[in-house]
Amino acid sequence: MKVRVLFFASLREQVGRAAEEVELPAGVATVAGLRAHLMARGGAWGAALADGRRLRAAVNQDIAAPEAALRTGDEVAFFPPVTGG
Amino acid sequence: MASFVGLVRDRNDGAAVATMTLEHYPGMTEKAIARIVDEARGRWQVIDCTVIHRIGELSPAEQIVLVAVASGHRGDAFAACEFIMDFLKTQAPFWKKEATPDGARWVDARASDDAAAARWAPPPNNRAA
Repeated sequence: MKVRVLFFASLREQVGRAAEEVELPAGVATVAGLRAHLMARGGAWGAALADGRRLRAAVNQDIAAPEAALRTGDEVAFFPPVTGG
Repeated sequence: MASFVGLVRDRNDGAAVATMTLEHYPGMTEKAIARIVDEARGRWQVIDCTVIHRIGELSPAEQIVLVAVASGHRGDAFAACEFIMDFLKTQAPFWKKEATPDGARWVDARASDDAAAARWAPPPNNRAA
């Protein structure tokens, strides 16, 4: 299953990219699973996406919980808590 | 009619701010703001409402955001305006990066903003005069 993953703000800077297509291995089909899959890359990925980091996720531009299911072609975004206004 | 304009601070968290750059999530940001406005329209009597939020690099004292609400009841206008602002600060995907004398830093989300948004949890059942 392939999904498009976006990274914003300080997280983008830490992982060094704004977007990428990710081919998910079998059995990885949730936001939490995707986050763990990216963390497994280690280095900056491990630190930036560590469980302790307050991050939010969105699927197809709607805020999503860690257990939210993913489907082929979904747009998933990870970002720090928002600070607009 | 009630309105709020947010300006760039020249000091924040003990440091002078030279410039502030606002980032957003094209598509989701607009969607989130529209959803917040719809929620306000559902809770209060709103004739019309405008939300403008700037992005990119801004300087101290420049305008960041405008929220303006027209209503037949002043209480509704004030409440809806404050609601939209509180939810915009915690729900709409924007991020602020400040340039300070010690270098650039990302602004952290504040618990006070989350607390402000939490006040609105249950829709009010009585309409203000």
